[in-house]
Amino acid sequence: MNGLRVLQPGLLTLIQDGGRLGQHRIGLTTGGPLDPFAFNWANRLCDNASDATALEISIGGLSLEAQVHTRVALCGGEMTLKINGHELERWHAHRVQPGDKIDVGYSKAGARAYLAVSGGFEITPQFGSTATVTREGIGGLNGSKLQQGDQLPCADRPAAQGYRLPQLYQPDYHRHWPLRVIVGYQQEAFSSLQLRRFFSSEYQVSDRADRMGYRLEGPSIAPSINGILSEGICLGAIQVPADGQPIVLLNDRQTIGGYPKLGSMFSLDTARLAQLLPGASVTFEEISQDYAHNHLHLARQYYHRVLAVPV
Amino acid sequence: MRIAVAGENSLIVYFGEKTDPLISAQVQQTAQRVEQVLGDKLIDLVPSYASLLIIYDPFQSDHLEVRTLLNAILAQLDSATASQGELIRLPVWYDTEAGPDLEALAARANLSIEEVIRLHSETEYRVYAIGFAPGFAYLGEVDERIAAPRLSTPRQRVPRGAVAIADRQTAIYPAPSPGGWNLIGRCPQRMFDPQQTPCMPVQVGDRVRFEAIDRATYFALGGEL
Repeated sequence: MNGLRVLQPGLLTLIQDGGRLGQHRIGLTTGGPLDPFAFNWANRLCDNASDATALEISIGGLSLEAQVHTRVALCGGEMTLKINGHELERWHAHRVQPGDKIDVGYSKAGARAYLAVSGGFEITPQFGSTATVTREGIGGLNGSKLQQGDQLPCADRPAAQGYRLPQLYQPDYHRHWPLRVIVGYQQEAFSSLQLRRFFSSEYQVSDRADRMGYRLEGPSIAPSINGILSEGICLGAIQVPADGQPIVLLNDRQTIGGYPKLGSMFSLDTARLAQLLPGASVTFEEISQDYAHNHLHLARQYYHRVLAVPV
Repeated sequence: MRIAVAGENSLIVYFGEKTDPLISAQVQQTAQRVEQVLGDKLIDLVPSYASLLIIYDPFQSDHLEVRTLLNAILAQLDSATASQGELIRLPVWYDTEAGPDLEALAARANLSIEEVIRLHSETEYRVYAIGFAPGFAYLGEVDERIAAPRLSTPRQRVPRGAVAIADRQTAIYPAPSPGGWNLIGRCPQRMFDPQQTPCMPVQVGDRVRFEAIDRATYFALGGEL
């Protein structure tokens, strides 16, 4: 079986596809890329379906050896891409051939980057998806993060088409703006004063920030209730435990839980939150479900309108 | 019943605020209808004790349409009967060796260990929710005489198959994990096996009864220590 061989796995590199949908009823979470925008582009530049299986690299430090002819594209956080020691552009599908060494350095901005190959990695799906959720031991290779010596199977594609995304359209991971939140769930348990404090204060990303959720630190929010009957949790749900420090729940969240929630973060912004590292400051802005719906459609139109350039 | 906003593409229906078989049956009925009516527009569903989270595809539907369909479904609910899910029998080796908290739980309840076992295995439970971890089924309600609060210090590792009580809920740990529930026995049956179809012996709405077995039967049925 040929493909790419893992020389160094980096801090946390995971096999991901679009996520595991429709399995909440047996307690499986969705997984999938924390920043779908960068993930989709990495695939698109390699001429793949947007949700083909690729790698999510957190922080960096990944080294691979190619055993096939293919193209690779790295999109997302600012991690240096080198092929055989030569620094190359990100957001660009480069040709590699057997024996080539691919190095992804440590991030200068943006915690997650995505590496796609032509045709995607050929991983057997579990419950309809290849997405790795380490907490569940499901997906990827044996449900775990990449290990040194792992083989990542992919096809030999000497004639694969590739594209690049002009810099104009690439996101700027240094730029910050308020994270948008739709108020909902137990919103009645949060007085207008408490909500005002949440929406007018600055919070920091704590050390407890991972694929399950980002715990924030800042002014304490006090709901009028301590707990609720356990209920379903959607992506971006903001739960407030007894210590009043909000937790934004992300792709690997538990599917049900009993903490009061004030609403949910907009998915275009959970993607941006997940690019931040501990210590980063964030603020919030309230939006409606209507606004979120319209902006999801705008974002999708924009994604399709932007044309990648053949390389 | 009340429909609330959960997120950009999700709504949550609240049916009540307590653990109740009739409420749970309404959740089940609604979940089935939502699946039929929304079809491909549905991304995922999370039924729980007294609520149903509905996640829809925002490129095939929107909250206005989903609310309209939900209102129609809720208006037609047959609220009179708690649907009878399948009855699943699960063997449990109740013992102080298999359940390190059995003795303390009995002492706290002022009951003999035999009484605790009898009360736990005589009740027919309902699967109210599945979550926390893949295959973790929340069963209720435990006889109030043997209800017990969570441990003040959770265990780092609870073994697979551990049968446990927390408040008036009981469950079987589907995989080794940290946990703060009171352990009273072990079940040899796998509660979650990704290699099997179906991967779980129970689903939300099913009924569960525990049957006491001895140590030898536990191992004969494939139990492990």
